[in-house]
Amino acid sequence: MATLHTVNRSPFQDQALLSCLRHVKKGDSVLLFEDGVYGAMSGTALSDTVAELGADVSVYALDADVAARGIDSARLLEGVALVDYAGFVDLAANTERTQNWL
Amino acid sequence: MSDDEVKKFLYVNRKAPYGTIYAQESLEVVLIGAAFDQDVAMAFLDDGVFQLTKGQDTKGTGLKNFSPTYRALGDYEVTKLYVEQESLDERGLTLDDLQDIQYEDEDDDYAEKPSIIVVSRDQMASLMAEQDVILSF
Repeated sequence: MATLHTVNRSPFQDQALLSCLRHVKKGDSVLLFEDGVYGAMSGTALSDTVAELGADVSVYALDADVAARGIDSARLLEGVALVDYAGFVDLAANTERTQNWL
Repeated sequence: MSDDEVKKFLYVNRKAPYGTIYAQESLEVVLIGAAFDQDVAMAFLDDGVFQLTKGQDTKGTGLKNFSPTYRALGDYEVTKLYVEQESLDERGLTLDDLQDIQYEDEDDDYAEKPSIIVVSRDQMASLMAEQDVILSF
């Protein structure tokens, strides 16, 4: 069964997101929250890498954190789904384990 | 340098808002420091450029939206906000994505002028090298 990976750090500040995406298994889920949501933006120096490494997983971003940072949902990478806090809980409940990439 | 000489202070901001307390603390210190009549400027580079973006809405997070405070800095004579072009580029941002932050120039009939000055990485390095005091956030 699959793993939920969570990332709350900006991908421009450290390697947490890229390391996470290099360790995921097909079918896993990756939830970006807090400063992690910057990793879901298109048009950045990291967008292509994130899209490529994340191709075999489901990528989610926490809607409240996206809004707090003024990121228009139209600017998210294709395939990134917004979830609310309840959706975060559902993801955690529906996966076998959760791994935090601190 | 005598004690009463005006010193050049640069507040260097390299962190995104909300994820850590640095951005908000920087603003607090800048506003307090504004009472001391020094030559104050702020620099925004790396993730610090995210502090100035438009459209921040923190309602869903329970956090205070402090982004409007940047527009009030001019009233405290903090009128130079240096933003690094390369940091914007790396994050897919342009000047249009940032808040329109202005100040009234009392030496020019209170004309409204932009506070944000976009500079290159080289110019940022030179700006840092000409300061008396640098405070990092």
